[in-house]
Amino acid sequence: MNSFKTIFENHSWDEVKQSIYAKTKMDVEQALHSNKRTLEDFKALISPSAAQYLEPMAVLSQKLTQQRFGKVIQLYIPLYLSNECTNICTYCGFSLDNRVRRKTLTEPEILKEIAVIKELGYEHILLVTGEAQQTVHVEYFKKVLHLIRPYFAQVSMEVQPLSIEEYGELIPLGLTSVLVYQETYHQEDYKKHHPKGKKSNFNYRLETPDRLGQAGIHKMGLGVLIGLEEWRTDSFFTALHLQYLEKTYWQTRYSLSFPRLRPFSGGLQPKVEMSDRELVQLICAYRLFNEDVEISLSTRESEQFRNHCIRLGITSISAGSKTNPGGYAVEPASLEQFEISDERSPEEISRVIRSQGYEPVWKDWDQCFHAQ
Amino acid sequence: MLKIADKTFSSRLFTGTGKFSSNQTMQDAILASGSELVTVALRRVNLNSPEDDILNHLQHPIINLLPNTSGVRTAKEAIFAAQLAREALETNWLKLEIHPDPKYLLPDPIETLVATEELAKQGFVILPYVHADPVLCKRLENAGAAAVMPLGSPIGSNKGLKTLDFLEIIVEQSNVPVIVDAGIGAPSDAAKAMEIGADAVLVNTAIAVAGDPIQMARAFKLAVEAGRMAYLAKLAKQGSIAVASSPLTAFLDE
Repeated sequence: MNSFKTIFENHSWDEVKQSIYAKTKMDVEQALHSNKRTLEDFKALISPSAAQYLEPMAVLSQKLTQQRFGKVIQLYIPLYLSNECTNICTYCGFSLDNRVRRKTLTEPEILKEIAVIKELGYEHILLVTGEAQQTVHVEYFKKVLHLIRPYFAQVSMEVQPLSIEEYGELIPLGLTSVLVYQETYHQEDYKKHHPKGKKSNFNYRLETPDRLGQAGIHKMGLGVLIGLEEWRTDSFFTALHLQYLEKTYWQTRYSLSFPRLRPFSGGLQPKVEMSDRELVQLICAYRLFNEDVEISLSTRESEQFRNHCIRLGITSISAGSKTNPGGYAVEPASLEQFEISDERSPEEISRVIRSQGYEPVWKDWDQCFHAQ
Repeated sequence: MLKIADKTFSSRLFTGTGKFSSNQTMQDAILASGSELVTVALRRVNLNSPEDDILNHLQHPIINLLPNTSGVRTAKEAIFAAQLAREALETNWLKLEIHPDPKYLLPDPIETLVATEELAKQGFVILPYVHADPVLCKRLENAGAAAVMPLGSPIGSNKGLKTLDFLEIIVEQSNVPVIVDAGIGAPSDAAKAMEIGADAVLVNTAIAVAGDPIQMARAFKLAVEAGRMAYLAKLAKQGSIAVASSPLTAFLDE
């Protein structure tokens, strides 16, 4: 299979890191003035030299985002189906070595959760699970898609990587979008953070977007978990991956997310801290690099930060999220993946979006597009 | 008056519903534009809900809805979406958009032709969004399109009439109305399109994302009217030939 792996292996982490840190103010200015920005421009925009250009970057990012997406912000909500997991991941609440009782929602339980979510007004839903092949497998996902398809205009999934054939079975059932975060492109560190389970296979994960593209998915989401490794270098590799995928699977839309490591029960302290200022720099840099990639911001971020980011280049946010299976109705106290930071209700978030001069958008897809 | 299929329009400015900062602003801008044909993305409206906020804001005696298929990638998907739209919105009008490329949203000519042929048979009034390809426009006309909607430049780019020379050929050759769609970034672009003889223009981003969408909607209204008037008044020919001296032919007078 032709895949990103070949391109990835042509880049050395250390050299990339060095070249980002070597970018000068002149490189940043050149990047700012360019019409079509390259990966080298992107490096300049995420470099420490760009820190003092934050305001002009934000102005440009806002303008490009409004032109492409309009003055709107899409809303989505995660539905955690299961916290069972056979992986050990040092940063995740669902890690196998976290000895807490696990839960996978049954069909009647899913319907109860959906009822609450629909009451909040949602049309776009993100299904999340850990990785537990014995219980949370493709047959389970098929059942879930059948069950929830009538209720939602758009269904996304953030679950374990699957095969092309498996994706091919799920897409006609109404699966629009799949998020699969590499967590880190630092191969050695990846091994340290994923010592056990199927997830420890770096290359299988790296090639998941290729499998999704070949299966013909409408949209896929990329990203890294910020805090595991040096964020600038990890972001470069994300941009490299995005550029490769856009050229290869040109009919697919792409979204990005850059969750910052949040506390969870028994959790890992971030190796690298990223400030709010740096996160804004990264959002703007991605927008300047790619004018049509969707960028989402989860409830991991604080109220104040999310309020201001609405106008800076993001295109979708979640609100009222629970990160545990059953969190909305069935079992509010089950094990959560991470603590959320912004606990405001979707209604409150809608008001905030409006007060910033944007329209909250609940529906931007339709099940009729999965006709075949 | 502009006539498309069985409907006549006194306004030659068609508008869209995306990207506005609120549904109220959208409604105010559309009414200020005087537009009588307004396109709305199926993906954005809740066809099952009678209280859909976008649709509620479009309920006005002068506004005709033009559902569009934005989001579909193939003729098959487009046909299915069209049938759904006809049933739910009670109109057989359709802006056929098939863009498999989500980056520049450029229309797929092959799928568009296939879908037009099929939908025309099913009785739809089809306005296909296409590249400014004169041959394709003729093919679509033959397939039963009620109008053609060639692009000025990519959707949302505000880059103006990059395809001007080809739009002129399409206008010259077409037996169905030509609506210049996509890329019109300023009222002057709209005026230009009308001056070359386009029957109408469709504008969305340039109004929705303007600092003051309502004022901008008015500006487009005036520009479209001015451009149309100039077309009807027949523009003076450009570039008169200089005759100050005649180095090549002066000998004839010697």
